Amino acid sequence: MSFWRYYIPFETIVIRETQRYTRIWVQTIVPPAITMTLYFVIFGSLIGRRIGEMGGVPFVDYIAPGIIMMAVITNAYSNVVSSFFGAKFQRHIEEILVAPVPNWVIILGYVAGGVGRGLLVGLVVTIVASFFVSFRIHNLAVVVSVVALTSVLFALGGLINAIFAKKFDDISIVPTFILTPLTYLGGVFYTISMLPEFWQKVSLVNPILYMVNAFRYGFLGQSDVPLAVAYGLIIGFIVVLFCFCLWLINRGTGIRS
Amino acid sequence: MNALSIRGLTKTYANGLVALHGIDLDVAEGDFFALLGPNGAGKSTTIGILSSLVNKTAGKVHVFGHDMDAELEAAKACIGLVPQEVNLNGFEKLFQVLVNQAGYYGLPRRRARERAETCLRELGLWDRRDDITRNLSGGMKRRLMIARALVHQPRLLILDEPTAGVDIEIRRSMWAYLQEINAAGTTIILTTHYLEEAEHLCRNIAIIDEGRIIENTSIRALLRRMNTEVFMLTLDGDLAQPPELPGHDCRLVDPHTLEVAVHRGQSLNSLFAALSEQGVTVVSMRNRNNRLEQLFLQLVRLDEGRLESTRRREADARLAGGGQR
Repeated sequence: MSFWRYYIPFETIVIRETQRYTRIWVQTIVPPAITMTLYFVIFGSLIGRRIGEMGGVPFVDYIAPGIIMMAVITNAYSNVVSSFFGAKFQRHIEEILVAPVPNWVIILGYVAGGVGRGLLVGLVVTIVASFFVSFRIHNLAVVVSVVALTSVLFALGGLINAIFAKKFDDISIVPTFILTPLTYLGGVFYTISMLPEFWQKVSLVNPILYMVNAFRYGFLGQSDVPLAVAYGLIIGFIVVLFCFCLWLINRGTGIRS
Repeated sequence: MNALSIRGLTKTYANGLVALHGIDLDVAEGDFFALLGPNGAGKSTTIGILSSLVNKTAGKVHVFGHDMDAELEAAKACIGLVPQEVNLNGFEKLFQVLVNQAGYYGLPRRRARERAETCLRELGLWDRRDDITRNLSGGMKRRLMIARALVHQPRLLILDEPTAGVDIEIRRSMWAYLQEINAAGTTIILTTHYLEEAEHLCRNIAIIDEGRIIENTSIRALLRRMNTEVFMLTLDGDLAQPPELPGHDCRLVDPHTLEVAVHRGQSLNSLFAALSEQGVTVVSMRNRNNRLEQLFLQLVRLDEGRLESTRRREADARLAGGGQR
C-alpha cells in the first residue's frame, strides 16, 4: 500500500514529463540530433581525416563517445531546469506542492524525466553517429551505467538551477557559462595526455572529464582517468546533489514563501 | 471532530511583515465557512499555510485531527485547494490536468480517468476536455480549478476567491454546485470579496483584520447585530427637498431617489405611513449595501486612509513573496 502511495505520484510526474518533451520533440529531440550530426561531419569526416588517429583509433571513433555524452548531459540538465522553472513561473508547481507527494518523490520524478530525455537524445545521437563511426563496445555494462548515472547527476544539477532561478535568464547562465565550457574542456575532442603537464592537472579538476572518459572506456577500452575514480566521483556527486536538493525543497527555497 | 483547528498561527515574512498574529480558528466538519477580511488582512497567508504553500512561523494546524507538522501527508490528502490566481499549465489538456492531479493524490490511472470525467462533467467542461487550458475563458479556468480541487474527493475544500471575475450566471451555477457538495458532506472554507456570496452560502464566518481574528460567529448572529439598515426608495414623482421623517435620517440622492436609515426597533410600516401622510409615493425599494457588507465595513472601519495602507502592505507582501513562487 505504502509503495503505491509513493509510486503513483512518481509515475504521474514521469508520464507528464515524458509527454512534455515528446510533445515538443521539434524543440527537444531534433536540435541535438542536427547539432551532433554537424559535429560528426565537420570534426569527424572533414577535419578528422587530416588529424588521423587519436589514442590509437580514428579521430571520429575517439570523439563519438564524448559527443554522445555531451548530448546526454545537456538534455538531462535542460529538461529539468526548463520544466521545473516553467512550472514555478506558471505556478502550476503548486499542483504538486499541495498534494501529499513527499519531496523526495518530486525530486525523483523530475530527475527521471530528465534522465528519460537525456537517454532518448543519447540514443538518437548514437544512431546518427553510427553512420559515421564503426562502433565497438568494449564493456556494455560500463556504457549503460555511466550514461545513466551521468544523466541522473545532471538532471539533479538542472533541478537545483531551477529551484534558485527567478527569471528565464537564470536558467541559461549555468548551461552557457559553466556546463558548455566544462564539457568542451572535458576531453570530448582530445586526450589530456596531449596537454602540457600543468593543464593536465587543471583538467583533472573538471568532473565532466571523468564522465566522458569512463563512457569512452566502455566503447574503446581506454581512458585518461581510472574507472573506479570516475564511478566514485559520479556517485559521490549524485549523493551530495540529491541531499542538497532535498534540503532546498524541504526548506521551500524558491517555491514556498 | 473539527475539520480544521488552528492555534496560535503566526507568520512573519522575510521583510519583517507580520501577516498573522497568532490566530485561533475552528471550523466544524460539514460547515460552509466564510473567511473575510480586507486586502492584506492575512486571508491568503492563512490559506497558503493550510495548503503548504507558505511556511508558518509558529502555531499548530490540525486538519481532521491530523497535525500538519507530524502528519503532513495525511493532512494534505484531506484538502482540496482552489487558489485565488490561475495556476494552470497553459499547455496541458483539461483531461490531463485532472488525471495528473488525481495521480499526485495517489489515485491509480484508471480511477484517475474516471474521476477526471466525473468532475469535468459536473463542472460543465467535458466537451472541452481535449483543449489546452490557455484556450479557456476566465470562468472556465475557475471551474477547471474547482474540478481539479475535487478530483481526489477531499473532505475539506478551500476556495480562495473562487468567483472573482466570473459573470453572474456562472457564479450562480457555481454557488449551486458548492451548496450541493457541501450538502453531500464536504466541509468548505471560502474567502471572497463578494459579501453577498458569503451571506448566501455560508453558515459561519470569521473576519480577519491586520492578522487577527476580530469576529468569529454565525452569519445569522452577526446579521442580528445590525443596528441600522439603509434603504434606497424610488419615488413616483420628483421632490425638491427631503420629506420630514421623525426618527429617520434621510437625504435626497436625486429628485426621485430617497435614502432612508431605519434603526433597530423602527418599523417600515411607520416609515411608509409617514411618507404617505406627506403624499410621497414609493414605487420600489432596495438595501443601499449588502447587509453583511455594512457590518463588515463597521467592523474593519475601512476608510480611505486605511485602504491606502492595506494596498501598501499588499504590495510589500507581493514583493517579499513574489520572487519565490
